[in-house]
Amino acid sequence: MKAFGNHFAFEFRTGLRNKELFLLNYLFPLGFYALMGVMMGQINPGFVETMIPAMVVFAILSATILGLPSPLVEAREGGIFRSFKINGVPALSILSIPTLTAAIHAVIVSVFIALTATPLFKAPAPVNWLAFALLCLLAAFTCAGLGALIGVISANTRITVLWSQLIYLPSMMLSGMMVPTSILPAALRKVGLLLPSTYAIHAFQGLAQGQTAGINPWAAVAILLAGGVLAFGLALYLFSWDSQNATRRGHPALALLALAPYAIGALLF
Amino acid sequence: MNDSPVRVEDFLKRYGKFVAVDGISFEAHRGEIFGLLGPNGAGKTSTLETLEGLRSADGGVLRIMGVDPTHEAHKLRDLIGVQLQTSGLPGSMTVREAMEFFCAYHRVAPRPDLLQRLGLSEKVSTQYYALSTGQKRRLALALAIAHNPPVVLLDEPTAGLDVGTRTELHGMMREMKDAGTTILLATHDMAEAEKMADRVAILLRGKVVATGTPRELTATGSGFTKISVRTEGGSLSSADVAFPGVSRQTTQDEYAVYFTTSVGPTLSAILARIESHGVALVDLRVERPSLEERFLEITSAGGAQ
Repeated sequence: MKAFGNHFAFEFRTGLRNKELFLLNYLFPLGFYALMGVMMGQINPGFVETMIPAMVVFAILSATILGLPSPLVEAREGGIFRSFKINGVPALSILSIPTLTAAIHAVIVSVFIALTATPLFKAPAPVNWLAFALLCLLAAFTCAGLGALIGVISANTRITVLWSQLIYLPSMMLSGMMVPTSILPAALRKVGLLLPSTYAIHAFQGLAQGQTAGINPWAAVAILLAGGVLAFGLALYLFSWDSQNATRRGHPALALLALAPYAIGALLF
Repeated sequence: MNDSPVRVEDFLKRYGKFVAVDGISFEAHRGEIFGLLGPNGAGKTSTLETLEGLRSADGGVLRIMGVDPTHEAHKLRDLIGVQLQTSGLPGSMTVREAMEFFCAYHRVAPRPDLLQRLGLSEKVSTQYYALSTGQKRRLALALAIAHNPPVVLLDEPTAGLDVGTRTELHGMMREMKDAGTTILLATHDMAEAEKMADRVAILLRGKVVATGTPRELTATGSGFTKISVRTEGGSLSSADVAFPGVSRQTTQDEYAVYFTTSVGPTLSAILARIESHGVALVDLRVERPSLEERFLEITSAGGAQ
């Protein structure tokens, strides 16, 4: 337990100490939040209605999908996992602790956004704060699971960026973050349903903001939970200690299974 | 029952069709420094990494304190201390954090005494990326031995270290050995192996081509002892004299250099000659063949000795 606590404290500090991680955990999402609050409020007054869910999901994506995978790949490439293995650091800790700390950084930023968006930008505050907090944790867990999975299957950091952007960029455009999904063409709406951020925004709208969600928010919660568990389980299953000694329990293509709950969602909604 | 802390029997390691280690065997005893020598690609790293539980053996028996590293790697962690050639630590981890981190996983108290001894006490708040190469290696060693493991595996432990730190590290290795720790030392530094190792094995293309104490290995070579003599005015080096047992002679700077297999008669004859000619002796050196020379002899002959 002491080892876990020690490891956790170190990883959490790394999220603040490492310039790249600090940028992705705090500066980028908060800077974007400030920019969107100032600009989008004037360009598209309807944006403030969904501002809190959108910016919270953006912060979560930044910390987890963009921030989490590369350090995992770099640690494997740099022999850090080998050193950890020799000294008895379990694979579960290597994956779960950065996942947890990335999620916590994202939740801290989310809470800051939720508390300041109303006084600063007149965005409607959550009507159910408990649901808001639980959904923050769930979305962060799900996205961190995907981030960990990307880190585990990527052969190098260039591939990591590619996979991360494949989730991150469509999320910006198709999940309801910038524009409501209702105005998207049907085909793009379906593509958006393959992304966890779409379900997170619908769940926030329906359960925390007291707004009308485009899809059943409880179904969205179930899909997010299934997606998170599956992604983290697959990350653990496909984890390898060493890039030079590429013995894995399964083919990296198995990672696509993590998208199964979202694919089912796309068929249902 | 064999109770050697490190036991390797007919160890085989393949990468695809390439055989990296071809049925090697050796043992390292309690309180012994065992040197693993060989050129690049000889199989040293494959052997060490399999003993560390990082790779699986394709054949043979490997045991560390009776534990099979391939199938019981989880039992190894408190039995071995490993200084990897490229020590992997997160760049943002400070020296103090690294010590606390690894000691916590080994369930022992952190060892600031080790950091002090290895000259790192002033760097405890420095992040790993900001350490020099020598400091990184010293930290890796401190972390490897902080939990007092019975077996320590060191891969090029003194590469990049200054003379003072190197001497300190050698002293620590001797202390660990005296305390009963078994040390497996992989090195390219023959002088270090000759000075530190009780026994060595020379690996070449995946096979053990020679094993024994450094003295035994050097004695089984061509066996030439080098006698260098410097006399006033260089009278001896300019003289064309045949001494008993000398197979080859040359001149280096102001020294007459003789290679002999009969040290006693050659030396007596040289001294007698100097005395009889009333020449002043300035310097006289007798050097046994070094382990490095023997190593080069073995490896250049492809191990066919």
